[in-house]
Amino acid sequence: MTTLNINGRDVDVTAEPDTPLLWVLRAELALVGTKFGCGKALCGACTVHLDGAAVRSCVLPVAAAAGRRITTIEGLAGRQADALRRAWLDVDVVQCGYCQSGQLMSACALLAQNPRPTDADIDAAMSGNLCRCGTYPRIRAAIHAAAEG
Amino acid sequence: MPKLKRRTFILGTLGAAGALVVGWAALPARQRLVGAAPLAAAPNQAALNGWVKVSTDDAVTVMVPHAEMGQGTHTGLAMLVADEMDADFSRIRVEQASYDAIYNNQAALLDALPFQPDDDGYVKRMTRHVAGRIVREFPGLAGTGGSASIKDLWLPLRQAGASARAMLVAAAAAQWKVSASELRVEAGRIAHASGRSATFGELALAAATLPVPYDAPLKKPSQFQLIGKPARRIEAPSKLDGSARFGIDALPDGLVYASVAMCPTLGGKAKGYDASAARTLPGVRAIVALEPVAGGIGGMGGATSGGVAVIADTPFHATRALEKIAIEWEHGAAASVDSATLLDDLSRALDTQAGNTHLERGDVDAALAAAARRITAEYRVPFLAHATMEPMNCTVRFKDGKATAWIPTQAPGFARDAVAQTLGIDAENVEVVQTLLGGGFGRRYFTDFVVQAATLARAANGAPVQLIWSREADMQHDYYRPAFVCRCEAGFDAQGSLVAWKTTSAGSSMGAPAMIDMSTDGASNQAYAFPAARVAHLPVETPVSVGIWRSVAHSQNAFFVESFVDEAAHAAGQDPVAFRASLLAGNARHLAVLHRAAELAGWGTPAAPGRAHGIALHRAFGSIVAQVAEVSVDADRIRVHRVVCVVDCGVAVNPNHVKQQMESGIVFGLSAALHGEITIENGRVKQSNFHDYAPLRMNECPAIETDIVASGEAPGGVGEPGTPPIAPAVANAVFALTGRRLRTLPLRLT
Ligand code: FES
Ligand code: FES
Repeated sequence: MTTLNINGRDVDVTAEPDTPLLWVLRAELALVGTKFGCGKALCGACTVHLDGAAVRSCVLPVAAAAGRRITTIEGLAGRQADALRRAWLDVDVVQCGYCQSGQLMSACALLAQNPRPTDADIDAAMSGNLCRCGTYPRIRAAIHAAAEG
Repeated sequence: MPKLKRRTFILGTLGAAGALVVGWAALPARQRLVGAAPLAAAPNQAALNGWVKVSTDDAVTVMVPHAEMGQGTHTGLAMLVADEMDADFSRIRVEQASYDAIYNNQAALLDALPFQPDDDGYVKRMTRHVAGRIVREFPGLAGTGGSASIKDLWLPLRQAGASARAMLVAAAAAQWKVSASELRVEAGRIAHASGRSATFGELALAAATLPVPYDAPLKKPSQFQLIGKPARRIEAPSKLDGSARFGIDALPDGLVYASVAMCPTLGGKAKGYDASAARTLPGVRAIVALEPVAGGIGGMGGATSGGVAVIADTPFHATRALEKIAIEWEHGAAASVDSATLLDDLSRALDTQAGNTHLERGDVDAALAAAARRITAEYRVPFLAHATMEPMNCTVRFKDGKATAWIPTQAPGFARDAVAQTLGIDAENVEVVQTLLGGGFGRRYFTDFVVQAATLARAANGAPVQLIWSREADMQHDYYRPAFVCRCEAGFDAQGSLVAWKTTSAGSSMGAPAMIDMSTDGASNQAYAFPAARVAHLPVETPVSVGIWRSVAHSQNAFFVESFVDEAAHAAGQDPVAFRASLLAGNARHLAVLHRAAELAGWGTPAAPGRAHGIALHRAFGSIVAQVAEVSVDADRIRVHRVVCVVDCGVAVNPNHVKQQMESGIVFGLSAALHGEITIENGRVKQSNFHDYAPLRMNECPAIETDIVASGEAPGGVGEPGTPPIAPAVANAVFALTGRRLRTLPLRLT
């Protein structure tokens, strides 16, 4: 039994300690907004926040997340998250949407650290998040818009 | 005349089978609007026809038959209904319609027919009519593909909206005892000059008791309120808070999970396995051998590999147990296949074989023989994987002789039949829940993973099983975009004018080879008025399973044609834009797109130092696209800084999504042009994940500017036409910059 703090609530999970957090979220807790894309920390679809920092949950053993603050897309909230979601809608970023939970998690972690990112900052923070639909130009525009808004 | 023979053949083939079915468009308007089965409506909801429900709280629900995989079709289709209804677009909801033969996506096949872009003659119309009748009854083509959703439903959904509006107006007129012609409708509210007014919701139940009109007049384009104006994606908010449900998010009660290891050699299978170490691990429920699956469609595809699967309580338990199974493989026919050799073999085959002629214009052999100057070139493109962000997955429950399947599929008809056949039950006993798709690109037409999931459901004692492929399985067991080799030859007269054009490609045929080979799409039906031309394809089948990949054969052929036209321009000493224009005389739509792209990109004025421009123009799926790429080269690395894209897609129903799809197509095409390559050694795909099959990332993505040509023509597709031109545009820019002509994809300078 591991106790996790997810989206502000403590929950007990039965998963074995080496289970990747991704599968605990999806299969045990039915938090399926966090996506599986590669399983090897190569695509960013599974990005969540651990104490506010973006991490890839597909390679994070659940034991390593115990006692830390975990935030998933379902619980992503606050001023910056609101600004990002609004910008995402205004710029009409989304296509298939499968990567977008991860994109927002990475973008929000970026703005938390760096409220006015440059293009180079965005490249550095966002290049780990793949999008096969090619939403990159709009993600860039939406991050800038959210930073200004 | 070979071209006519070919058409007659197609007509005959389709005609024979077509006589056996009654097509949907051949039905009177009544059936078209009503649908095969009445819509299920909640108590506070009124179904006004087979497409539209209005509820008493004013929400208007549009039934959409097509899969939403990012292309924005749900939004676009809802706009068609809402505009004709004069509904309040903010109150429009979309519901995924279940599979029903009436919704067959007829437009996809019709576009594949080998005609010239501007040929709208009798034979073509007849063939389309007959082909349409077959296709509408052919379950596999009830799919989402060929960039066809809006084209397909442009009229039916507008008719559905107009008919629903007429019923609501008639209900108001009856209640208020006034003439329908005195009523105005705006944003979901019907009003009379007397001051009376009511919302759609208030009138819905009364309207539903009235007869369905089949001849409600449609708006003129000048009356459109929504069509042609940018609209936001209707399902976007759900994709920003984790509530959108993709196939992999199906969570039926009692769900268990499965993971599969497939034979690394294409088409091989498990000879035997030792699961003793896996069986005793916690959470493991069953271990099942899976046979190779013939998941191909329409003569394309081929068998995928067999393997061994584990059913377990969680995905983690399933994959952990799978790793503990010792599997002995039977490698099968592909064990000696090597993609490098294969491409050389294709080239060698072209030494001796002429292939099948898909276009013959004038006497090309004589024109080449008489030419004052000739140029030749050989182009090569590799196999490509789709690599949708959402890996292949499917959830099936089989209980009491009935199955429910949650499938992220582009072809619910094929998927339903695959489940039924696998389980040995009638298709009527299969319910397909079509989910959102985390990308499709053609991969989700195929049903190999569906058959596997249905097989596993049988071993799960009535529990729903969710099969999730690893990224490695997804990459190594795809239906790959076929590798092609193409030989090109052009002849010029003494004045330097192009007088002869000949291209012959070789590779797997695309499409049912006996009926419609789509392999030269974009080469045999390009728009250039070559005085003499022959375009041929030599079908060479290999053990590599192949399929449709965003834009089908256009992705290969645009690279061949638009690169070689560029070579011809330079050989003729002409500017690439002017040269193309000279071959497009009289083709106003193509010329407008070409010139607009050149103008917006600043063609003719030098690019920034160290950079150069390249252009390409291509027509696919009824839309014409020109792209200008601005590139630089840094330590042999090609960098694309900016892409200007101009599209004429007829009426742009939602300009916002037209632009989105152009961007999407460009990034997808650039991933392939700069990095994309699946290589096979000893029958095994070498690439396995995103480190060695690397899609474009944020830091490599160019700025993209898209301009839409205003047009009143019927809508063309937009999901695919953005992809084909980008590879040749970049290659042409690299030539302009370095003088090196790159004739192999991906584009590499070393
Ligand atoms: S699934 Fe975790 S990075 Fe791809
Ligand atoms: S929106 Fe489809 S993968 Fe990013």
